[in-house]
Parts: sequence; structure tokens; C-alpha cells
Amino acid sequence: MQTGYAIEARGLTKRFGDLKAVSDLDLDVPRGQIYGFLGPNGSGKSTTIRMLCGLLTPTEGTATVLDFAVPGDSKALKPKIGYMTQKFSLFADLTVFENLQFMAEIYSYPSVKRGARIEQVIEKYNLTAQRRQLAGTLSGGQKQRLALACAVLHHPELLLLDEPTSAVDPQSRRDFWSNLFRLAGDGTTILVSTHYMDEAERCHRLAILDHGVKVADGTPQELQKATGMHILEVIADDPYAAQNVIAALREVASVTQLGVRLRVLLPDHIVGPAALVDNALRSNGIEATVNRSQATLEDVFVAVTLPLRDES
Amino acid sequence: MKAASRIFAIVKKEVRQLRRDRLTFGMIVGLPVIQMLLFGYAINTDVRNLGTAVANEAGTHLSRQFIAELGQTQVVDIVAFVETGADLEELLRRGEASIGVHIPDDFDRRVSKRSRAAVQLLVDGTDPTILGIARQLVSMPLGLDTAPPAARSADLIVVRPYYNPERRTPVNIIPGLLGVILTMTMILFTAVALVRERERGNLELLINTPVSSGELMVGKVVPYIVIGMLQLALILGVGHLLFAVPVRGSPFDLLLAACTFVMANLALGLLISTAAKTQFQAMQMMVFILLPSILLSGFMFPFDGMPKFAQYLGEVLPNTHFIRLTRGIMLRDAALGELTADLYYLIGFTIAAMLLATLRFTKRLD
Repeated sequence: MQTGYAIEARGLTKRFGDLKAVSDLDLDVPRGQIYGFLGPNGSGKSTTIRMLCGLLTPTEGTATVLDFAVPGDSKALKPKIGYMTQKFSLFADLTVFENLQFMAEIYSYPSVKRGARIEQVIEKYNLTAQRRQLAGTLSGGQKQRLALACAVLHHPELLLLDEPTSAVDPQSRRDFWSNLFRLAGDGTTILVSTHYMDEAERCHRLAILDHGVKVADGTPQELQKATGMHILEVIADDPYAAQNVIAALREVASVTQLGVRLRVLLPDHIVGPAALVDNALRSNGIEATVNRSQATLEDVFVAVTLPLRDES
Repeated sequence: MKAASRIFAIVKKEVRQLRRDRLTFGMIVGLPVIQMLLFGYAINTDVRNLGTAVANEAGTHLSRQFIAELGQTQVVDIVAFVETGADLEELLRRGEASIGVHIPDDFDRRVSKRSRAAVQLLVDGTDPTILGIARQLVSMPLGLDTAPPAARSADLIVVRPYYNPERRTPVNIIPGLLGVILTMTMILFTAVALVRERERGNLELLINTPVSSGELMVGKVVPYIVIGMLQLALILGVGHLLFAVPVRGSPFDLLLAACTFVMANLALGLLISTAAKTQFQAMQMMVFILLPSILLSGFMFPFDGMPKFAQYLGEVLPNTHFIRLTRGIMLRDAALGELTADLYYLIGFTIAAMLLATLRFTKRLD
């Protein structure tokens, strides 16, 4: 009856005029997991999410969401998904309670259980003090909690969250993610887009999007293992000078400064990468220590988005 | 019924939002009252110095005395003396005079015998105000009228309205105003209804819920029907209190006519809302409806006097049909059953506009 995947997409493509916002995207999102979309602004994350919930018609390709074909069956799909838009989209001139009540009614939540359910999410999402406050006057974190509360009110099987944490402080983000884990633990599939590395790292699986193309996907661990790069960490007294020297090397794919440290990526067919960098620094009279390092997700992101950037 | 509960959810949301939108709330009450006062007092202010032409075919002492007395009222301002009644008609037609005073050559004899009216007032009936004033002139006491009251079998002056076979009274501007005010406010409410949600970002959330286009449209319209009825009561109440506007026909007929008219305008507003990208665009489109609704509906100018092309345009507008209904019901004591063509048009218009709006509104972003 149910396949193992909450979302399956094949060759999903969306063009806006000449712009190819999403091209040829294949996607398999397992049920009950948190699946991340990692990518910079304009990488096609929002467009993909909107195609998956039937708001946009794909130019090419097919997608099945919770066994419904979209956009064809999106009417039947709507009651089973919860959606959090990138921009706060609840009614600013309704109170927290009224917004929740509206969502409960519009999703035809059984009226006998409606009141109890609203109280439950108000408590769970820590909105008790704000229940009579107009939504427009809430803080960023409170708005986000309300939006999530509204999105999950009707017990959706799939949550689509479009950059839910882009406007909130770190503490709110942490609370938000613990809510997501709880929801996933209850069996909800969650697709969340983000441009924060630390959030991407929390996902069960993720896809990295760049210019509308999926450049990598897998678990964070798989992605970190399979960067195809040597990762070096260079600590130098004068990191700026060191960066200039390293960046000039033909073999080096990327150098990124993190405080006094430099993250250096070299393709894994290079032999003796540490010695290569070390020698270059020494011959330029720069004191530095060079060590091999494990790939972080940020390294993965830099590595997979490099070739395309060079072309453009 | 899930659909009904979803419609109810939209209705409740709209009412709650409306309650907190003070400007709109003020408009519901303020706009009709201000318009009533403006238009109402403009028509009730004593009109003086109406351009008047005189054709004195009698040329007697008595007729000159009559003209002098007429001038002393200050209601008329004698701007021209002409030879014949035909000359008067031409001046009226050209708009150079509002009233023509025709004194026949047997004026003296008519005054003394009092079997027929001695003076004819030819009135430009297109302006109901002027017509009303001419009527007042009929009962004007004249010093030259020496006949005992018992002998006055006929009025000395008779009014002949021109260009106005219906003989409208001054109050007939209020039924028309009712239509104009309702057009303005009703279209305004719904024209911005969807665009506002789009601009505030609510629409993306809304179209991702199970609510259907039709349910959304009906939910958006229902609260404003009630508001339209409130405005109707307000306008009729103010009209009755301040300007003694009568409702000669059945109030129920009037309510029914107003209800269909309000729905027609709300549906038209929704249609605008599906076409406009911003609230400002919606306003601009509204002006395109509102201006003809004032100018071509028979509110400002008699419908039959308009060129054919303008009449065809006017026939499309709900307000044209509503004004016919209200003037009939309120002033001529007509029953709605006698005015079915206009009623059916409004119902048909509502259904067509609602369908079109629903079809135009896709739950998509592309």
C-alpha cells in the first residue's frame, strides 16, 4: 500500500522563462526521516518545495508525494501535508488562538476534539502567554513556533518547511529542531530547506542544491566521506599571507579562512597534499602547521559546488 | 459538511480581520453618511436664480405684472424674452434656460375665467431639482390672482416637464445614490480581498490548505452581504430622517433587490481581485467600474437621453439595473414582480462573475 518513500521525484524541472530554476531533479525521501535541502539563496529549494506541494506545475518530470501524483492529485494531498512558507504567512491581524482556530477549521479538524487539540499545540509550542496576542506583534521565534504549530495542527504525514529558521535566534533554532526530532520520532516525514550547515548536519539525509541542480545527496556522514577531496587544516601566524600563497597553487581547489585557521581542499588524486602545501608555505617564508583533517559538511558543500561556480 | 465548515472558517476570519481594520470599519459607516450629506444637502439647498426665459404672447399689463411677481420670488432669474413657445423649447433644449414661462395671448381672459391654466411652465425635467422647484411655483400665491378661492377651479400655472416622462421627484436621486454607494463600497471590499492576502503572504498558506477556490470565494463574499444590508439600512434611515425619502413599495422587495445587487458587486469585486496583482491595481480597476456606474447608469443623466452606445455600456453595469429597481420600488410603488428583467439580470450577473472569479483563481502560484 505505501511505498518506502514519502517523496519520489524523477527529472523534476522548472523553468521561469529562460531561467532554469530547478533542473532534472531526482529525489527519494524516506518516510519518517528529516530530509534536508541545503543550498544558497536562489538554488531552487523553494521552487522544488512548491512543486512538491502542488503550488507550481513542473515544466518537466514527475513527482509522487505520499503516493499522490503532483500536481494532478494535489487536492487529495493537501489535507495530508503541512507547509511552512519562507515568509510568515499567518494572519497578522488575528490572534495566536484565532489563527490556530482558523487552521483547525479549514482542515476540518473534528469539532469535538478541536478545542483540546488547539490547547495541546499552544502548550507544546510554548505559546500560552501569547494566545491572545495578535500574530503580527509576535517576535521572530514566536512567529516561527506559531507557524509550525499551525502546520502540524492537523497531524500531517509530511511537513514541508521552507527555510523555517532563517529569521530566528540560535536558541529558537535549537528549540525548533528539538520539535522537529520529536515530530519525526512520531513518524512524520519532514522536508526542510536551509542554508545553515549546522542544521543540515542534523538531518537524516540531505541533498545539496546549487543553481537548480542536485550536486550531492546522502546522509551527512556519507557526504563527508565521499567528498573526493583531501582536506587540510593550516594554522598560520599570518593566515592572510598564507591564504594568498595556497590559493596560487594550481592543485588547490579551494581555501577558506576560519579565524587563524585555513581549510584547504585538494582533489584526492593529488599525491602528498600536506607536503605540497607545507613546501609552498616554507619556500615563501611563512610559519605554519599543516594537518590532514576530516571533512565537515561545509567542506562537502564547498567541494560539490566548486565546479559549477568555476564555469559560471 | 466539510465545505460548509471551511466556508464558515473563512467567514469568521474575515469578520475578525474586519473588526480590527478601523479604516475599513469606518468606511462602512462613514462613506454612506458623508455621501448622503453631500448629495442630499446639495439637492435640498434652496435653489435660486434659475435661468428663465419668458415668451409673453399676451403683452398685457396683467401679464407683465405676473412676470414681475415671478421675478420677485428670486427663484427664477429671467435671462431672455422670446416670441413664441417654440422659441422657449429651443432655449430649453440648448440648455440656455432651465425654465420657460409661456404666457398665451388670451392670458387675461384665462385669469379671470379660471377654467384653464393661464401660464405654462416648460421645465427641463432632466434635473429633478428644477422640476421640484417648478412645482413649488405652481402653488405660489400671486397678488394678481383676485378670484375667490372657491372659484379657483384650475391652478393659474401648469407645469409641463420636458425630457422626463416619468416626472421624477427630487428624492429620486437617493435611490440612485444607494446604488452608487453600494457599488463603491462593495466592490472596494472584495476587489482587495484576494490581492491583500497575496500581498501579505497569506495566500501561499491559504492555497496550500484543503479549502477550494469556490469555498474561498463564497466565504469572502458572505460577510460583506451583511455589511451591504447594514449600509442599505443606514442609507435609507438617513435618507428618511434628513431628506424624507419615502419607500413607497414593499420594503421586502427593496431588500431582495438590494441583496442581489450587493452580491453582484461583491462578485465583480472578486473578479477584479483575481486579475489585479496589487491592491493599487485593484483600486485602479475599480475606478473603471465606478465612473460608468455613476455616469452611465441613469444616476446622473436620464438613461433614455444617452447615446445608444453609452446605453449599451450602461446596460452591462449592475447599478443601471439596480437604479431601475429602486426607483420603481421606492418612488413609483412598483412591485419587484413587475421589474423581473432587471432582477434576473442582477442574479445572472452574480452567478457569471462568481463562476468566472472561481475559475480564474487557481490554487497555483504559476
